[in-house]
Amino acid sequence: MTASAIREWLPAAVVFVVVLVAWEVSLLAFGIKSFLIPRPSVIAESLVADWSTLSRGVLFTGTEAVGGLVVGVGLGTIAGLATARWATAREMLLPVAVGASTIPIIAFAPITLNWFGPESILPRLTIVALMVFFPVMINTVRGLTNVEPAALELLTSYAASQSQTLAKLRAPNALPYWFTALRIATTLSVIGAVVGEFFGGPLYSLGIYITLETGHSRYPTAWAAIVLACAMGIALYLAAVALERLVMPWRSAREIVR
Amino acid sequence: MTTATRSVRGASPRPAAIVEAPGGHSKRRQLAGLVIVLGALVVLWEGTKWIAGDPWRIHATIAGIGIDYEHFPPLKWRIADDLSLPHVWDIVRAFVDPAQRGGAPLGAVLLGQAAFTFAEALAGFVIGGLLGLGLGVFFVHSRLAERALVPYVVASQTVPILAIAPIVVVAIKADWVSVMAVSAYLTFFPVTIASLRGLRAVDPRAIELFRSYAATRRQVLWQLRLPTSVPYLFTAFRVAAAASIIGAIIGEQTAGVAAGLGSAIINYNQYYISAPERLWATIVMSTFVGLFFVGAITLAETILTRDRYRPVEGLL
Amino acid sequence: MTMDVRPGPVVVEAAGIGKIFGSGHAAVTALESIDLTIRQGEFVSLIGPSGCGKSTLLRLIGDLTAPTSGTIRVNGKPAERARLDRDYGMVFQAPVLMDWRTVARNIELPLEIMGFPADERRRRAGDLLRLVELEAFAERHPWELSGGMQQRVAIARALSFDPKILLMDEPFGALDEMTRERMNAELMNIWQRTGTTIVFVTHSIPEAVFLSSRVVVMSARPGRIAQVVNIDLPAERSIETRESERYFELITRVREALRRHEPGEEGSEPGGPAGTARVRAEGLA
Repeated sequence: MTASAIREWLPAAVVFVVVLVAWEVSLLAFGIKSFLIPRPSVIAESLVADWSTLSRGVLFTGTEAVGGLVVGVGLGTIAGLATARWATAREMLLPVAVGASTIPIIAFAPITLNWFGPESILPRLTIVALMVFFPVMINTVRGLTNVEPAALELLTSYAASQSQTLAKLRAPNALPYWFTALRIATTLSVIGAVVGEFFGGPLYSLGIYITLETGHSRYPTAWAAIVLACAMGIALYLAAVALERLVMPWRSAREIVR
Repeated sequence: MTTATRSVRGASPRPAAIVEAPGGHSKRRQLAGLVIVLGALVVLWEGTKWIAGDPWRIHATIAGIGIDYEHFPPLKWRIADDLSLPHVWDIVRAFVDPAQRGGAPLGAVLLGQAAFTFAEALAGFVIGGLLGLGLGVFFVHSRLAERALVPYVVASQTVPILAIAPIVVVAIKADWVSVMAVSAYLTFFPVTIASLRGLRAVDPRAIELFRSYAATRRQVLWQLRLPTSVPYLFTAFRVAAAASIIGAIIGEQTAGVAAGLGSAIINYNQYYISAPERLWATIVMSTFVGLFFVGAITLAETILTRDRYRPVEGLL
Repeated sequence: MTMDVRPGPVVVEAAGIGKIFGSGHAAVTALESIDLTIRQGEFVSLIGPSGCGKSTLLRLIGDLTAPTSGTIRVNGKPAERARLDRDYGMVFQAPVLMDWRTVARNIELPLEIMGFPADERRRRAGDLLRLVELEAFAERHPWELSGGMQQRVAIARALSFDPKILLMDEPFGALDEMTRERMNAELMNIWQRTGTTIVFVTHSIPEAVFLSSRVVVMSARPGRIAQVVNIDLPAERSIETRESERYFELITRVREALRRHEPGEEGSEPGGPAGTARVRAEGLA
């Protein structure tokens, strides 16, 4: 931890602790019996008490999110590479992809449920993959094509081949775009998995669990599941950021990445 | 989320790239692309059913010519049976067929539900958009607030909306206000990030110029930062518009608001075994609402910013 | 010793070159009936007002764009063949360095593309870093360098594969006057040591006179060669050269040639580097 990193993250950490303490103390001090938003310590208690069910849910929902993420990002990248290769394909397909990315994919959740059945991970995996596919494809195409014209001329003057231009210029140029999409995709994946479960899934899956516990007014356990779902999303997001720093050290050195 | 900047460095005083304005030629290509993609989708769809679907039969009289055709797919493996993938023509027909015995066609009913959902989404969009813009303005003026709070703005998007929705519904009571809240929750994030980025995209030399005029912070905001951020904002508005529709649909389902598309999806999902094409028709309608909203934003952008701004890309 | 006409073999031979951009009503004639012969080891500057097509001419020689009429032969072969044979080293106004590569690996980029073995690449990059006096920055990234240093890296990169011709498009245009003069001296030094043929586009009359063996003065709308001025300064050029009488005479000759072919007031162009702040007008509209 360098001094600048501490300065960067300290305010956020302070806010976290202050909010948590204020929340706990104010509910305690004023004796508010809040069932909607219970005290953090109560949530933590039910997190421990319910851990056996919750951990199964995290594993199940997490598998859906990560599986869908891998499939969607993989296919999106391949589609992006193929689309960027031909100018005509790019001109014709990119606007369609941009349009398609605005489709409420989540509306397809009941259909995938009917295809694969509620107990399988496939319904949510499909939804997550679909949700993730378009942003990744679009950003891959943009990254591969938004290249400095002078850099392209430079490579032309070296008589570089197509594949050399891809390897030495276009692909590295696309990396920041691709990672931007990956970050978006990580948060989308958990949302897609949890919301997809709303339409049906095993009882212990996080989405169903949250709905059930809320339905029975057991808010501490519902919140425990919510906290876990958030933690999963944040973990995936931070993993994407870490991967980005690993793959593009030149970039994180140049910019103060948030 | 960080911006995707140009990676090849070079402070060229010349315009780096001549961006071709989308003229008639490219518009035609885009339309062709859409037709080709939709056509390919239909061919793929019906092609799969042709090989591995249920047998079907056309028995009709069109323009005085009697057609009687029966198709038996070659594979026993029914991956694309009528329950999984209803025929394209069945989905189209579902729009025309009455929703209830002797009632209005399903298409008209869905259109009314779509209008309701759109109104909710629009309200959520406006609230979320204003909130996002306000946060952006706040953060751009306070580095401390940005450091302290932006991580939570990002983290807020990892909260599965559904997780919050039931509690929102209990807190605000189950009606369209809670739907709007869920919609606004999804809307504010892209607008916050894009406005922060746009407000900061001002040329530092322009800031110095304003300083030489002894301009106030408010003047810098109104005359410089906000105008600069317009193209960034519209990019975010498009994303936010799509998100607001998703928020409205999910919010309706949780809140049990019966008048919109969200509950229509739940409803037809329950009758999927008997009439799968109705659920499909509802999903198609949801797609149209999303496209309509995004299209309206794009149109507004074109009218308001015509020829005044260069396009901004990279933020989704 | 004078350097006006070198007896070396012909490197660039352009005959009857015309270049028209666009078609129909929107057609713009950028260049018209250009004849130019450049010999081995020459340093030829192209100078003229904006829109005279000097950059276009450079790009035609480098086969980055094709002429509408006429032929260009480089080293006795078509320009495209010369490009495919990797005869050209290009330097643009912007350094165009890759952020993801260190300074040394930026210099190695063309060598990688041309398939040089790794040890040879490293040796050459080391030599060139010494030549442009940036050894200490080998492992740094481009954004850590000043504008002048970045441009030196770009020149080193262009020289790395011993190109037969160096094509430079306003390489020092974005630099301040002091840095520019120092870069001029360094380039002079490199040219004398390597003997590479250089074609150099510039806006600056002093720069053109100081560096060149010949200055090609061009006129605008349509772009034509107005006059060719032989620079008969001594081969060894230094600070003293910039203060010599002959230097000022030649500057005056080039300036007069430019003025004589000025189409009107609009053709004149502010001298010196573009140092004025440009406020993004479109953001304020």
